[in-house]
Amino acid sequence: MASVDFLEPQVETMNPPQEHDHQISPPVPETAVVIAARDVDAFFGKTRALKGISTQIPAHQVTAIIGPSGCGKSTFLRCLNRMHEVAGGTMKGSILFDGIDIFDYDPVVLRRRVGMVFQKPNPFPTMSIFDNVAAGLRLNGVRDRKALNETVERSLRQAALWEEVKDSLTKSGVSISGGQQQRLCIARTLAVDPEVILMDEPASALDPISTAKVEELIFDLKQKYTVVIVTHNMQQAARVSDYTAFFYMGELIEYDVTKRIFTTPKHKKTEDYITGRFG
Amino acid sequence: MMLNPAVHARWRKGKNFFMLGLCFLSAAAAIVPLIMISYYTLSKGIGTLNLDFFIRMPKPVGESGGGMANAIAGSGILLGIGGLIGLPVGIMAGIYLAEYGDNPFGSAVRFLTDVLSGVPSIVIGVVAYILVVLPMKHFSALAGGVALGLLMIPVVTRTTEEMLRLVPVSYREAALALGVQRWKATLRIVLPSALTGITTGILLALARAAGETAPLLFTALGNRFWSTSIFQPIASLPVFVFDYAKAPFEDWNRQAWAAAFVLILLIFLLSLLFRYVTRSRYGER
Repeated sequence: MASVDFLEPQVETMNPPQEHDHQISPPVPETAVVIAARDVDAFFGKTRALKGISTQIPAHQVTAIIGPSGCGKSTFLRCLNRMHEVAGGTMKGSILFDGIDIFDYDPVVLRRRVGMVFQKPNPFPTMSIFDNVAAGLRLNGVRDRKALNETVERSLRQAALWEEVKDSLTKSGVSISGGQQQRLCIARTLAVDPEVILMDEPASALDPISTAKVEELIFDLKQKYTVVIVTHNMQQAARVSDYTAFFYMGELIEYDVTKRIFTTPKHKKTEDYITGRFG
Repeated sequence: MMLNPAVHARWRKGKNFFMLGLCFLSAAAAIVPLIMISYYTLSKGIGTLNLDFFIRMPKPVGESGGGMANAIAGSGILLGIGGLIGLPVGIMAGIYLAEYGDNPFGSAVRFLTDVLSGVPSIVIGVVAYILVVLPMKHFSALAGGVALGLLMIPVVTRTTEEMLRLVPVSYREAALALGVQRWKATLRIVLPSALTGITTGILLALARAAGETAPLLFTALGNRFWSTSIFQPIASLPVFVFDYAKAPFEDWNRQAWAAAFVLILLIFLLSLLFRYVTRSRYGER
């Protein structure tokens, strides 16, 4: 499997890690920053789930977020496309996407550009495979049959699902296996052509073979998209990501090139976590 | 003390068999009343049930035969008016409560809807009498329809809300994450997923309204002649049953039995129709 071979990010030799302004971020050239968070606090009611996160997400790279359960990694991910507020949460601080504060975007527009794949495969049960992939476009008013056909095929091919479902596009979206359903959900996200894809433990409900397929897919996706993936599987983070951020108790402890995180972590907590001493 | 596994397994299986049997008997008991009612009304009314019964008008006192075509049509018209009022209001109120109703106003509506569904139907009839009959100065199908519509609203509202709440939040989130507006996500993703349940609610409401007699007595009144005008008094099956069952003529009593059976049959057919129309395209839920 291609994705297991670890690729060195090209930017590793550039400027050293930036520690100024209490930002924790790997060495990313300014021009390659697609998302920049500053002093982000996230709350559920009175509970503070994130504590002053300041960091950057590089474009066209896979960034993994790891950490024990309840460390705020999913919350951070959901802040990035304002899904945090859908679940009734609130946020302080600022997140810039493409240089503009996410709260200056219409959430509908923001989420079209920053797509999301969820932990449990969630194809729409009342729709066929085709309709599931076309849903994002159709619900936004696209009627052109030819354009829809093309987008559905392209998205399913990108999600490495086309060959398996091309003869059963009219079957229910929930009639296929769990692994296929998750790739269907990825295809559905790709169909609206986002720039960033957020993945919330996308393989945790899948068997090993499906997991391998999804991982391979993530590796291919970074050619065109920026991927941020939350995972509680450290091997997965090591396999698929260029950068890894370690969250603990709502704080960003360490964030660096994946290889460095897993070989020479700077912080004791990171080391304890990746060596399995807690979590 | 250690349990003997073999004895323990036998005891456990015995308990399992007993409880399963109880559940089966309860399930059977739930449909027994329907079977008994159908059997009883059918056996009493079968002698009167023929084609004439469905297409002819009631005969004057003393003459035998005749039918209740006007009552069947009347019930249809009353349900139609009631449905036109009760279903849209109920469904939209249910959507509001489920999607946007987590505020004091929503709680108030929820509570008052529950109160409304507990209000005796004859009181609803009085309300329709004041709202429609008094201003128009005469009984009418419209007044009866308004009464039935008011009866449907709470049932439809609460089932719609409950069914929408049962739709996993993950579908809603998936739609929102695709950059779909919230009202569109509700209308095109959440509502279709809950359609089977909402249909059941609509059916319950229609069936309840179809069988209501009390609120029709002083709104739609009843009519021995053919009428399809919504501004005139109109006949209906429950009122037909009520009038004919208490009449001192054996022939009329038999027709009341037959009408009761037809009422049950119509609700049954209505249920089948709804199930067919809203059946899941993929045979699963």
